[in-house]
Amino acid sequence: MTERIIIAVLYVILAPFVIGLLDGFDRKISARMQGRKGPSVLQPFFDLKKLFEKEFLTANKAQLFMIRSYLVFIVLSGILFFGGFDILLVVFSLSTAAMFLILASTSTHSPYSAQGTHRELVQIMSCEPMELLVAVGFYLATKTFNVNEIIAGSAVSNIVYLPGFFVGFVFILTIKFRKSPFDIATSHHAHQEVIKGVTSEMVGKEYGMVTLAEWYENAILLGIVGLFFLNSNPVSIVGAIIAILVVWFLEILIDNTSARVKWQLMLKLAWGVTIIAAGMNLFLLEIIMG
Amino acid sequence: MEMLVTALICLPFLWAILPAVIHNSKCRAFFVYLGCGIVIALSVFTAFKWFLAGGQAMSFDLPYKEVFDEVILVGDIFLMCLITYLSFKYKKGVISLLAIVQTVLVAALELFGPEVKELPALRFDWLTLVMILIIGVVGSLIGIYAVGYMHGYHIHHHKELTDRRSFFLAMIFVFFGAMFGLVFSQSLIWMYFFWEITSVTSFLLIGYTRTEEAINNSFKALWMNLLGGCGIAAAIAIGILAFKTVNLYEIIDIAIVSKYVGIPGTLCLLPIACLAFAALTKSAQFPFSGWLLGAMVAPTPSSALLHSATMVKAGVYLLIRISMAMADNYVGNMVALIGGFTFLAASCLAISVSDGKKVLAYSTISNLGLIVACTGCGYEETIWAAVFLVIFHAVSKSMLFQCVGAIENTTGSRDVEDMQGLISLFPKLAVVLMIGIAGMFLAPFGMLISKWAALKAFIDTSSVYVSTLMVLFICFGSATTMFYWTKWMSKILGASGKEKSRDLTKKNEYISMFFHAVMMVALILGFPWLSANVLKPMTNEMFGTDVQVISYQNIIIMIVLLVGVFVIPFINYLLTKNSKAKQVITYMGGANCGDNFNFVSSTGDPKEMHISNFYMEDIMGEKKLFTPAIMISTFIIIVYMIIVIGGAF
Amino acid sequence: MSTIHKSPWLLHYDGSSCNGCDIEVLACTTPVYDVERFGVINTGNPMHADIFLITGGINSQNESVVKQIYEQMPQPKVVIAVGTCACTGGIFKECYNIKGGADTVIPVDIYVPGCAARPESIIDGVVKGVALFKEKAEALKAAEK
Repeated sequence: MTERIIIAVLYVILAPFVIGLLDGFDRKISARMQGRKGPSVLQPFFDLKKLFEKEFLTANKAQLFMIRSYLVFIVLSGILFFGGFDILLVVFSLSTAAMFLILASTSTHSPYSAQGTHRELVQIMSCEPMELLVAVGFYLATKTFNVNEIIAGSAVSNIVYLPGFFVGFVFILTIKFRKSPFDIATSHHAHQEVIKGVTSEMVGKEYGMVTLAEWYENAILLGIVGLFFLNSNPVSIVGAIIAILVVWFLEILIDNTSARVKWQLMLKLAWGVTIIAAGMNLFLLEIIMG
Repeated sequence: MEMLVTALICLPFLWAILPAVIHNSKCRAFFVYLGCGIVIALSVFTAFKWFLAGGQAMSFDLPYKEVFDEVILVGDIFLMCLITYLSFKYKKGVISLLAIVQTVLVAALELFGPEVKELPALRFDWLTLVMILIIGVVGSLIGIYAVGYMHGYHIHHHKELTDRRSFFLAMIFVFFGAMFGLVFSQSLIWMYFFWEITSVTSFLLIGYTRTEEAINNSFKALWMNLLGGCGIAAAIAIGILAFKTVNLYEIIDIAIVSKYVGIPGTLCLLPIACLAFAALTKSAQFPFSGWLLGAMVAPTPSSALLHSATMVKAGVYLLIRISMAMADNYVGNMVALIGGFTFLAASCLAISVSDGKKVLAYSTISNLGLIVACTGCGYEETIWAAVFLVIFHAVSKSMLFQCVGAIENTTGSRDVEDMQGLISLFPKLAVVLMIGIAGMFLAPFGMLISKWAALKAFIDTSSVYVSTLMVLFICFGSATTMFYWTKWMSKILGASGKEKSRDLTKKNEYISMFFHAVMMVALILGFPWLSANVLKPMTNEMFGTDVQVISYQNIIIMIVLLVGVFVIPFINYLLTKNSKAKQVITYMGGANCGDNFNFVSSTGDPKEMHISNFYMEDIMGEKKLFTPAIMISTFIIIVYMIIVIGGAF
Repeated sequence: MSTIHKSPWLLHYDGSSCNGCDIEVLACTTPVYDVERFGVINTGNPMHADIFLITGGINSQNESVVKQIYEQMPQPKVVIAVGTCACTGGIFKECYNIKGGADTVIPVDIYVPGCAARPESIIDGVVKGVALFKEKAEALKAAEK
């Protein structure tokens, strides 16, 4: 139990640094892929710090407390995940958090944030089935939803049973990480009004908190990637970290080699991949385990 | 106890006469309030008395049973005549055929069929307890709301319609009586009678306004529900002819036992299949969803009544009753698939509509789909989840309908698009609406817990196909559910440039909504207690086992999330309330006309900006999905019914 | 230690320019000039921006727009006028609808002349703007204390 608490605490403290740094490398690597020099790897931290130092403007004061709730809920989900609790509840908690972001963004009567809000909703709708299915997959493979039991109870890494789930999950990670071709509600790059829709009315510290929340969320998502590779053997942690880095690099590659699609196509692709990859895997696994 | 139950069933029927004959508005209102008060008091008292007596399931008969048996027989025939008369009057004579066939079948078997075992006609157990509280409390609150609403409806909004309020209010009481009777019955003949009353009453309520649309929709409701009635009639016939019993529990036992002793064929399952079919029609599952959507034409209280405390709950009640007989067999698979499919299809359809009542209607269908799916699975944890859903759904849906009705009376529109910024215009209504929506879907409430339990149970279901499909249905369905509720909430919490206007909502409407809100919050906070003291004994009684459905650890997490949804925003609100911020206008490419609601148009004049939600009509539209959904679900039902019927002979 | 100057986000507004300067501004973000190495991001929203970069002159139609966008930027903020038109009105100065350079409606901090302004000079202007941005941030902090 103490171990679980330590990991959860470490998550709260370290996740922003680790993910921020990964983000910095992401920008560096992206720049190199485009033949540029790119900013410092610490750039995400400079950006975040600046956002908190800027003057606070607002179009609707209700926005701030909803964004704070969004951040708190994301961190709470992360604690549940890294504390080794029920993974299905983690997913539910994440979607509750997302709802606060939606409500925050839409509380201002702004055309861009309204547009962004609905694009964000479509994104959530595209991803959620797959996130739930990942939890289902782990349950099928290990007979438990609890993250710590999933790890402790697996003699071999669950990726063996869940390759389809893994493919589906990596696919929706592109949406979750707000990477091209699916960065339609807000992008992790700087872009124009519509593409930054959800955050368009969030100023200074509000935007900073949203960025921070996204880092915490990305930590959970990468954690789920790692979960596919973890087993009762502690050495598997190395494998999990390598897997996380590979997936992370793959997302950067996809980001830099694809053009943005329309939301309709995103929805169809995400659901299609979910049904085909995860659905087939689910079906076969039910037969094997049944 | 017998006396109390007799009173509970008979009193509403008799009380219905009062509003029917009194035409003085004030006087009638008084008697309706009084009646509703008595019904609440009586149901709560009965429930408590039974609860405090230790909560032992008991079978009993009403005093003067023979008289009641006669009354039921005559009543059946009277209903048949009424339906026949009305359907010929409105030139829809074919529908009367359905009524005649089933009534004649039941009456003939009862009078001339083989002798059946004499068993008590009524039963009181944990599920009954939950149901009478829902019907008594939620239903009566709707009755109270109806008085004020119907006043405004006729006096302010629909002066062109004939004022038939007496009839309307009387029908509400008839509904209560029928529902109480239904949930107490263990004799199928009794149940059939009350079932038919609810069908006919809902038909009359839907047709209340007597416009062409209302008449068409009411007949749609009638034929679909009569089709369901045929299911019960068939179950009675099979019960009498094959098993010499009309007792629901005996039929359930036969079905359960047949699985273990290995009786070949599915004859034992056939009555269960018929009952399940009837329940599917009543709970408005696809392909029978049309009637509930059509029911929207009626005044709001009747929608609230049909959607929350009565009618559709009769369907799921029956399914929960027979769920043990449906575990891991064809009937269960059929019910689960229909339910899961309905959950997904109706929630997709709910995305594409903007009429508030229609969104609610689809969400009812979708939510009932989840309940039905849970019952079809027939495991302990799914029944536990299903009953939770029934409770949460009853309270929140009743509240939502009342609230949308009040909004419509006040603003003149029930379109979601017109609810922009409701929180600043009518904060009280908006808060009620938000609590209702939260009760319907927000993570820690009913939906989270039940989805958790349902997913777990479906993964464990033995049939691979059903298991896979159900998991997919639930995963996709919960994504689409999130979409339509969140976009509605975002409308309410948005900003509005409109002037504040007067809130026309009547005091008694607020009283009813306020009670609902309190109940909702109490349910949310009291859910661990409810689980331990009501739902656990219930599942134990049904399954005879003593299993903790949901782990202690998860209960803690759920409570943390639950409290979090209220507390975290509230604390953050307090913390940020006084934070200094410079007010700016929103970004519209610099084209704002000094505020957030107008922009400089191409002619240089200010133009109002409208923000609209996504409706995805080209992907999720009714035109695109409704017919395929009907076809797929019809296909599922037909295939499974053929399997069951074919296996029986 | 303040690092605020390491994260200057730009907002580019095109007044009534001939688009020459706009193309040069965009050229700054291409791999050849890579202005992102200074941490610069080209945003599309005044609420996120630190540096307001205007090309083209001010006419009677975009006057209110420029003012509004300027007001929607949180402090500290820097305004850079890029190109002769934005500095003075340029060759359009005498037109009936032109008010003049950007400084006719909002306070401009840095002027980058040129027709069109070359990317090198734009970057030079931005770097100067970044230094000013830091100064302003520190002044603001000092004022708060």
